Amino acid sequence: MHDIPTDTSFLEMMDILNEMLIEKGEEPVTFDHDCREGICGMCSLYVNGHPHGPATGATTCQLYMRRFKDGDTITVEPWRSAAFPVIKDLMVNRNAFDQIQQAGGYVSFQTGGAQDANAIPISKEAADEAMDSATCIGCGACVAACKNGSAMLFLSAKVSQFALLPQGKAEAKRRVKAMLAKMDELGFGNCTNTGACAAECPKNIKLSNIARLNREFLCAKCSD
Amino acid sequence: MWLTNSSVGRKVVMSVTGLFLVLFVTFHALMNAVAIISFEAYDAICEFLGANWYAVLGTLVLAGGFAIHIIYAFWLTLQNRKARGNNRYAVTTKPKDVEWASQNMLVLGIIVCCFLILHLVQFWAKMQLPELMGEHIMRGQDYLQATFSQWWVLPVYLIGFAALWFHISHGFWSAFQTLGTANDKWIPRWQCISKWWASIVFILFAVEAIYFTLHFTGVINC
Repeated sequence: MHDIPTDTSFLEMMDILNEMLIEKGEEPVTFDHDCREGICGMCSLYVNGHPHGPATGATTCQLYMRRFKDGDTITVEPWRSAAFPVIKDLMVNRNAFDQIQQAGGYVSFQTGGAQDANAIPISKEAADEAMDSATCIGCGACVAACKNGSAMLFLSAKVSQFALLPQGKAEAKRRVKAMLAKMDELGFGNCTNTGACAAECPKNIKLSNIARLNREFLCAKCSD
Repeated sequence: MWLTNSSVGRKVVMSVTGLFLVLFVTFHALMNAVAIISFEAYDAICEFLGANWYAVLGTLVLAGGFAIHIIYAFWLTLQNRKARGNNRYAVTTKPKDVEWASQNMLVLGIIVCCFLILHLVQFWAKMQLPELMGEHIMRGQDYLQATFSQWWVLPVYLIGFAALWFHISHGFWSAFQTLGTANDKWIPRWQCISKWWASIVFILFAVEAIYFTLHFTGVINC
C-alpha cells in the first residue's frame, strides 16, 4: 500500500486496499465491520500480534494509520479459536457468543409497573461496576488473545452486569449456571488467569469480573 | 458432577489441590530448616514422620493431592489446546501485564515434577518406603549427607526451586481468583502475597540446600 494518509483509519485503509484489488480485477479481502465507532464489536482483526491492533482500549475501527511507521509490514489475521471458525479471509463466525447470551444473558421476569424513582437504592459503586461490565461489546478479542481460547472475560462481564443490580439478582443463580454450561458446551477453553484477555480488551473489562463470575457460580452450586 | 463437568469446577479442583500443595512445600521448607539448627532435631522429625500410621496417612493424602493436581493439569491443557484450534497466529506478542509464568504453568509444573521424582528417589525411597517394608534405615542426616555431598545436586535442586518459585508466584493468586475471593483491591494484594510466599519458600529451600552442600562437602564446619 502506498500514500495512505496518517489520519486514515485502519478499516478505511482496508477499504482502499479492496478498491485497488477490485480495480485490478482481483478478489477483495473479506472482513467484518459495521458502526466504525467502537460500539458494535463487529471489527475483529488481529493486527501485528494484538486483537484490534497495538492501540490500547480501542477497537480496530478506532485504530489509525499514524500508529504505524512508513514502510512497516503489517500482519493482519482473523481471530483464531476453535469456537470462532473462519468464514472467509478475516471474517469469523462469532455466533457462539450469541448462543451464550441466549442461554441466560437477559432478565425474563415481569417487572410490573415502573417503580418510584429511588425506591430501590443502588450504591454508586455497584452501579458503576455494572455499567463498566455492560460496556463489553462482545467483539471476541478476549478469546482471540487467550492462549486457551477461553471466553471467561466476556461471560463474566455479561454475568456481572446483571448480578450487581436488583433486577438481575432474581435470576442470578440460574443465569450463571446456564451461561457457563453453554460456554463449556461450545468448546471454549478453561481460564488460567493469564490476564491477556483484560490486557487486550478494547473496552477495558476488568479481570475482577472473572472472580465475580466464579463467586456467583460457586454460590449457585452450593445452594443447589 | 460439576467439579468435572464445568470449567469453573475443574479450576476449583486445581486451586484447592494447588493451595494444599503450597501449604505442604511451606511446611517442608520449615521442617528442613530445623537441620540447619540441629541435625539431631532433624533426625527426630524424620523418625516422627517415618512408618507411623499418621505419617503414612499424610503421605497418601499428599500423593492423592499431587495426582489430582497433575491429572487435572494435563486434562485442562488438552481441552485448552483443542479450544485454541489448529491454526496458530503468524505474529504473537505478550502484553506487558501478563506474567511469563502464567503462560508456562504446564512446562514449569513438568520441571517441578521431574525434580520431585528425583527428590523422592533420593529420600522417600530410602527412608519411609524401606521402613514400611520392615527394613532398617539410617538417620535422616545420613541421607542428607549422601545426597548433598555430591556437587551436581545443588545446581539441579536450585533449578527445581526456581521452577517452583515461578509456579507458585502465579498459581497462588490464581487459586484465590478462581475461588472467587478476589476483586479490584484484592487481585494486586493476592499477587503481592504470591510473590512473597513463593520467595520465602524459595529462599528457605535454597539456603538449606546451599548449607547442606557446603557442610557435607567440608567447606564449612558449622
